[in-house]
Amino acid sequence: MKDWFIEVLGKPNGIIIFQLLDAGQLTIYLSLIAFFGGGAIALLLTLMRVSNSRPLQACSKAYIWWFQSVPLLMLLFLCGLGMPRLFNIQVSPWTAATIALVLFTSAYMSEVWRGAIESVDKGQWEAGYALNLSFMEILRKLIVPQAFKYGLAPTVGFMVQIIKGTSLAYIIGFQDLMLIGKRWANSPVPGSEPFIIFPLMAVMYFCICYPLALYARRLEARSIKRI
Amino acid sequence: MQSVNKWFDSFHALNDINFATKKGEKVVVCGPSGSGKSTLIRCLNGLELHTSGTIDVLGIRLLKDGQSLRKIRENIGMVFQQFNLFPHLTVIENCTLAPITTLGLSPAEATERAMKYLDRVKIADQAHKLPKHLSGGQQQRVAIARSLCLEPKIMLFDEPTSALDPETINEVLDTMISLAEDGMSMICVTHELAFARKIADRIIFMDQGQIIDDQPPEEFFLNPGSERAKEFISQILTH
Repeated sequence: MKDWFIEVLGKPNGIIIFQLLDAGQLTIYLSLIAFFGGGAIALLLTLMRVSNSRPLQACSKAYIWWFQSVPLLMLLFLCGLGMPRLFNIQVSPWTAATIALVLFTSAYMSEVWRGAIESVDKGQWEAGYALNLSFMEILRKLIVPQAFKYGLAPTVGFMVQIIKGTSLAYIIGFQDLMLIGKRWANSPVPGSEPFIIFPLMAVMYFCICYPLALYARRLEARSIKRI
Repeated sequence: MQSVNKWFDSFHALNDINFATKKGEKVVVCGPSGSGKSTLIRCLNGLELHTSGTIDVLGIRLLKDGQSLRKIRENIGMVFQQFNLFPHLTVIENCTLAPITTLGLSPAEATERAMKYLDRVKIADQAHKLPKHLSGGQQQRVAIARSLCLEPKIMLFDEPTSALDPETINEVLDTMISLAEDGMSMICVTHELAFARKIADRIIFMDQGQIIDDQPPEEFFLNPGSERAKEFISQILTH
């Protein structure tokens, strides 16, 4: 694969492009893990948040409040540099970046979903209770299907934020698009000057994010029409 | 209901309410807005939890635990001012959801039962439409059928016609009258005094969280027990 790039684009362009694309994959994988891992925790947080139990609500609120108030960069430092020192353990950049992004994603996503659930008319809960349905039955069969249309567009939109957020992981040595690009930009190889590499990277981020952003906008337009 | 009180923070919504109903009795609750009528009937199925006093429904003490609430709700149907139909489900699905989930009926049994009650409220021909394609009066009749599908022993109505266009009010009232004629126990918050006069065994007049009057309708209209009730009736009638 690498050879094919070199053959077509020559040196060093072939190598640069190949490495950037290769690192771009990692960006996508990390984003996906953050999205699904964060989503799973967000689901739990949202459940706790809309439940009738005060202690559960408080726990969820505290978690969200804390992780929304801390910059992602701080989280990355904490997971990648702080924790290993504190507990004297080896943490790979992969693990550290994953943990930091999952924490970050879960807090924001559960806020999006809570908003969606609270957009559903309170009367739906009352009608459910009056029909003797339980909290979970109402949530599953009545509220979530209706909240879906409010939550889908912002969720997809938030994925764009995650993808861009992963670029910060370079700071703890995660070999994603950002780090590889920066390394090339700093290298003395002719043809890999910053003014070439950085726009190239921007285009690659754009290619990943724009379709999602576009999709989010379309979903939004559709859901407005439906309401 | 015995010496029931309900506080919303510092607002005394229900003030020492005492009343009891018999099986098959139709009670109409009226009074100015903010007088606690809705709160009263919402306390009966635990949509609002009362602050003090005791509420017994069909021999079950209403406590704050889920168990007594579910037992009570099994036997109480409720119809809301805003219908609160489930907009993402068709009419028939609105009606079959609770019987399937809470009574464990098979979908076929539930559908059969739903059709029976939709027919009862004369709207069986709309069974496969979404609620938003129905008029307000039709939606409210579906809401009544949906409650009936659990075959409750008592029906609560919380201003069922207040959100309706004038021309569809009657179809809902007719449905309620026919329910009443079938012997259903009903507690109904409404401003429809003509309807109240027709079906009510008793009219309860509330003001500022208290029950001021509790009389049969003839007496209530001819000779209300309190000045405030008199004022209220004349206000409504001159409207």
